Amino acid sequence: MAERLNVNPTRMNLTALKKRLKTATRGHKLMKDKRDELMKEFLELARENGRLREAVEQRLTGMYQNFSIASAVMSREIMEESLMIPKQGVVLDVGNKNIMSVNVPVFSFETTASDAGDIYPYGYASTSGELDNAISGLTDIFPLLLELAAKEKEVQLIAAELEKTRRRVNALEYVMIPQLQVTIKYIQMKLDENERGNQTRLMKVKDMMIAEAIEERRSNM
Amino acid sequence: MYRIGIIGDRESVLGFKAVGLEVFTCDQADEARKILRKIGKEDFAIIYVTEILAEQISEEIDKYKDERIPAIIAIPGKEGPSGSGMRNVSKAVERAVGADILFGGGK
Repeated sequence: MAERLNVNPTRMNLTALKKRLKTATRGHKLMKDKRDELMKEFLELARENGRLREAVEQRLTGMYQNFSIASAVMSREIMEESLMIPKQGVVLDVGNKNIMSVNVPVFSFETTASDAGDIYPYGYASTSGELDNAISGLTDIFPLLLELAAKEKEVQLIAAELEKTRRRVNALEYVMIPQLQVTIKYIQMKLDENERGNQTRLMKVKDMMIAEAIEERRSNM
Repeated sequence: MYRIGIIGDRESVLGFKAVGLEVFTCDQADEARKILRKIGKEDFAIIYVTEILAEQISEEIDKYKDERIPAIIAIPGKEGPSGSGMRNVSKAVERAVGADILFGGGK
């Protein structure tokens, strides 16, 4: 049973509380709708996120294999030297997307390398073919990595919002609204009780007045 | 104009330089924490962290969880996927729904 609010049982408070109950009920309904919609969106995204992560993890493992082969064939110095100055840059732009009033970033990127051969930041003389494989593999994975970053952030942000909304819905449903209902009922009963008390008092007074009048009449006779 | 960074041990992150990421090499969790704190304030939109380091500095990473930017993403290092990245996803589901209903108990 919900705790009743500590207010004086007056007609004014009753009206105010009734208004609050109406707002709370309406808010609860809206929040619930928001929660349901977010949940629908979220589950879809989370599933996608899982799939994407699996794909990225798998392909990255392959890429690391290529790299370790390359580093086995080449000396460490040469390998580091050849990767020292990247030819390709990435220009990343962050946009905005609004999902149920949650702002999530959208990443769009452009690589500055103009043609496909430009991804290798070294001459071919001192490096091995394995390194080429590794680098081109990484270039292939890169868009996936970015997509994963965007998805994962989106999932995290929506999860936070969903948690908040869920809590609000529950607070309204199980605390706020029952509390208001109980208090309203209490005030109404109290007011009714006062009304009845008044009525009986009036009747009593009337009886007394009649009795007095009869008494007076009798003594005058 | 935003930048993309990656934090991890030398061998894991070496190649990422070639695709235009900014590479921060470090092996210790303390170092990683320091780097993350520093570049978290700069204009990095995405920061990749190898799973092993990410696990060690998860409290630091959690601070950015509710920010729009930067997105801090754990990726497997050269040791292969440890499953902690996947766990993060199911943790998000748990946070949102109250129970992990998608990935079967964080496995």
